[in-house]
Amino acid sequence: MRKTYILEDLDCAHCAAEIEAAVGKLDGVISSSVTFLTQKLVVEVEDAKAGKITKEIKKTVKKYEPDVEVVEK
Amino acid sequence: MSKKLKKRIKRVGIGAVIYFVAVVFSRFAPCFYIGDLSISTALFIFLAAYLIIGGDVVKNALRNIGQKQVFDENFLMAVATVGAFFVGEYAEAVAVMLFYQVGECFQSYAVNKSRKSIADLMDIRPDYANVMRNGIVEEVNPEEVAIGEAILVKPGERIPLDGTVIKGNSSLDTMALTGESLPRDVMEGEAVISGCVNLSGVIEVRVLKNYGESTVAKILDLVENASGKKSEAEHFITKFARYYTPVVVGLAALLAVVPPLAAGGGWGEWIYRALSFLVISCPCALVISIPLSFFGGLGGAGRAGILIKGSNYLEALADAEVIVMDKTGTLTKGVFAVRKIVPSEGVDEKELLETAAYAENFSNHPISRSLLQAYGGEIDDARLKEVEEVAGYGIRAILDGHHILAGNSKLMESRGVDADAVEENGTVVHVARGEEYLGYIVIADEVKDDAKEAVDGFKEAGMKHIVMLTGDRKKTADSIAGELGIAEVYAELLPGDKVEQVEKLLAAKSEKGRLVFVGDGINDAPVLARADIGVAMGGLGSDAAIEAADVVIMTDEPSKIVKAMQISKKTLGIVKQNIVFAIGVKVLVLLLAAIGIASMWAAVFADVGVAVIAILNAMRAMK
Repeated sequence: MRKTYILEDLDCAHCAAEIEAAVGKLDGVISSSVTFLTQKLVVEVEDAKAGKITKEIKKTVKKYEPDVEVVEK
Repeated sequence: MSKKLKKRIKRVGIGAVIYFVAVVFSRFAPCFYIGDLSISTALFIFLAAYLIIGGDVVKNALRNIGQKQVFDENFLMAVATVGAFFVGEYAEAVAVMLFYQVGECFQSYAVNKSRKSIADLMDIRPDYANVMRNGIVEEVNPEEVAIGEAILVKPGERIPLDGTVIKGNSSLDTMALTGESLPRDVMEGEAVISGCVNLSGVIEVRVLKNYGESTVAKILDLVENASGKKSEAEHFITKFARYYTPVVVGLAALLAVVPPLAAGGGWGEWIYRALSFLVISCPCALVISIPLSFFGGLGGAGRAGILIKGSNYLEALADAEVIVMDKTGTLTKGVFAVRKIVPSEGVDEKELLETAAYAENFSNHPISRSLLQAYGGEIDDARLKEVEEVAGYGIRAILDGHHILAGNSKLMESRGVDADAVEENGTVVHVARGEEYLGYIVIADEVKDDAKEAVDGFKEAGMKHIVMLTGDRKKTADSIAGELGIAEVYAELLPGDKVEQVEKLLAAKSEKGRLVFVGDGINDAPVLARADIGVAMGGLGSDAAIEAADVVIMTDEPSKIVKAMQISKKTLGIVKQNIVFAIGVKVLVLLLAAIGIASMWAAVFADVGVAVIAILNAMRAMK
C-alpha cells in the first residue's frame, strides 16, 4: 500500500536524498520517494508491514534530520 | 519567511557585527601596545563570533558523528573552520562560517519562496460549499456534499464541485485551470467545472460528482504528485552527490598528509589547502537547484494551462522528434457545423435551411443537430407529419402537406430528383420538396484557429516528422492536412490501426528522439499510453484524458504543445547551465586550491556563491 507523509521543516536537499535512500532500505518498504520541494515522502509498503512502518520512518528521519517533523497524511 | 529562518538571520547578524569588531580590533590592537594580550583577546572575540554564528553547525556535526553520519555539510564545515582556527587563520575561519550561514539562509528563503509561489499557483482548492438542504443554505466542507444535491455559488466564490447549472446565469473565470483570461459564460443547463471562480451572478448547481472525483481534486492530485516522478538529470545529480563528497574529502586527506611527508614539512600550508577542499566538497548547489528548476518549469507550464505529470516528461519533451496528432478534436474542433448553403436557382437560402431543419428535427445525429443550430428558429411540430428515417439515405417527411426529402444523393436518385453532383469535403445534405430540388448544405468539422500556428511551431522546433492520423475519409484528411501544411497523413484508420501506425513510427525514430502523440483523450487511450509522451487535449471535464495522458492541455489549443516544448527546452537549458557552472567552478577552485592559488575565500564562493547563483538561475524556470 501507498503511504504519504509530510516532512515539515525539511530544508536541506541533500538530507532529503539521504532520507529517501534510508527509508527505502527499511524492512517492508518496496519503494520510497522524497520530494524536497513539496516536503513529501511517498512510500510503497508491503501490506503486512504497513502497521509498524510509520514508527520506523519517524525514527529514520529523526536520525538524519532531528528538526524535521513527520506527519502522516 | 518562517520563524525559524528569522531567528537564524538575527543570530547570524549579531555574529557578523561581533566578527567585524574582532577584525578591527585585531588589525589595530598592536597600535595600542597591548602586546601578547591582544592575540588572546582577538582569539576570544573571534571564537565568540564563531560560536554565535556557527554553534548550531558544530552541534549538528557532533550529533551526526554520534549517529555515524559523517560527510554531511555540517561536519565538513565544522572540520574546515575548526581546522582554520588551529592553523591560526581566525578571521577566515569565522568568515567561512558566516558566508556559509548567509548562503544557507538565502537557500531557505529561496526554497520557501518557490514553494509558496507554486502553492499560490495551485490555490484552487475550494474551502466550502453552500449546500441547499430543506430550503436552508448550509456552509459545509465540499467533501460532505453528495451527488444530486444542489449548491449555491455566489459571485466571487469558487465552484466547489462539478455539476450542471439549474438556475441563473453567470460568467466564470477559468484562469487558474486553463490560463485563459477571457471569462466563460454559463447558462441554465450547462455544465460547470470545479475550480473556476464565479464572477457575476448567483447560480444554483446540481452536483454531478463528489469531491474526490471532481476536476479540482484530480488536478490538485496530479500537480502535487508531478515532482515525484524524477527526471534523468535529477537522478544524475543524486548519484553524483553520492560520490563527489567522499572523493573530495579523500583528496583533502591526501593533500594534508602526502606533500608535507614527501617534501618534509610545511604542514600548516598544506592543511590550509586541504581545509579549502572541505569547504568546496558539498554538492548543495546542484542538489537544490536542479529539482528547483524542474519544479519551476512544471509550475510555469501549469500557469499556462499545461499540466505535466512529472519532471521526467518535462525533460523528455525537449527531445521530441516525432509528433503524431489525431485529427478530430485535436486539429479540428470535433464539432460539426454548417459550412456552406447552396440553394438551387430561384430558391431562398432560408427556405432551404428551414426545410432541412424540419426534416432533421427528430434526429439526434450530430449532422441534424448542426442543421437545427444553423437554423436557430423554433420548430412548429404541427406543420410536420409522417417523418421517416431511411437508414443510410436520409429522411422523408411531409411538411405543410408537401413531401420533403433530406439526405444523400442516393436518396434523391431513388425519388427521381435531379440533384447536383457535389465535390465537397464533409457531409453533403441534399434537400428536395416534391420533385423540386432545393439545393444542398455542406456540414463539416472546422480546423481550430491555432492549428496552423501549432504546425508551424512544430516545424520551427525542428520536428523530423509531423504526422496526422485519422479515422476519417482520405479526401477530408488530405484537404485538412494540405491547409495546415502537414505532409504525412494516414487516413481511414481504425483505433487498432492507429496503435500499429504509432508502433511503426516509434521503430523508425532515432534512439534518443521521443515520439509525442496528441489526442483528445476519447478512445485513443491505447495510443496515448504507447507513445513516449501522450498529450491529451481539452482536459477540462474529461476524466479519461486526465488519467491516460502524461501531459494534459487544459484548453483546446494545440499551440499549447509548442509552448510546452519551449518551457521544456528552457528548463533543460537552465538545468544544464547549472550543472556545468557548478561543477566547472568547483573543479576549477579545487585545482587552484591544490596548487595554493585559491584561498579559503574562493572556496566559500565555490560553495555558497555558486549555490546562490544556481538557485537564482533556477527560479527563472518559473517565469
